[in-house]
Amino acid sequence: MSHLDALPPWAAILVTVLMLLGASLACIGSAGLLRLKDFYQRVHAPTLGTTLGTYCMLAASITCFSVLHGRPIFNEILIGVFLTLTAPITLMLLVRTALHRDREAGSDYVPKSPHKP
Amino acid sequence: MSHTLLAAAIVIAQILLLVAMGCSIVRMARGPRAQDRVLALDALYVNAMILLLTIGIRTGSLLYVEAGMIIALLGFAGTFALAKFLMRGEVIE
Repeated sequence: MSHLDALPPWAAILVTVLMLLGASLACIGSAGLLRLKDFYQRVHAPTLGTTLGTYCMLAASITCFSVLHGRPIFNEILIGVFLTLTAPITLMLLVRTALHRDREAGSDYVPKSPHKP
Repeated sequence: MSHTLLAAAIVIAQILLLVAMGCSIVRMARGPRAQDRVLALDALYVNAMILLLTIGIRTGSLLYVEAGMIIALLGFAGTFALAKFLMRGEVIE
């Protein structure tokens, strides 16, 4: 833990809070994935960790490395931008897939397709 | 004082993320249908990427951030391909 001793106290406390917040949000999201009853409910839970949990952890990482190196470091922003772009695409594709499969299976739980009689 | 707190917070965050990955793995093993397993895989790689960022803060190396970026890229490609496969029955038409 030698390199972390170089952090001033305000940065250490900021990194602590952001890191705990991010990890808790990711854990809550995955617990929701485990506990919710139905696929269409379950698909919402992990996005908590994908968006807010990741952002908090990226902010902690940016703070830590910027203070340690003495210059602004923004490598982590790329991860944030990429996840922001891909999370809705993944979710929409998965839900459309599930809807298609449920309709093919003739389930009464999902609404019928509006294009077919 | 604040550095002891930070060291404890890193360990607690890593344990929380391991619990999150465990929840995803249980859902992947149990998931009643194929789309549940794909969703659990998606959550698993995001949790692994956050865990990698935590390890990066712990060791003070920026390399872990690059590794996290690669995990995010390849994980998205994997989820996309699996969802396409479930939808159409083949990945490339």
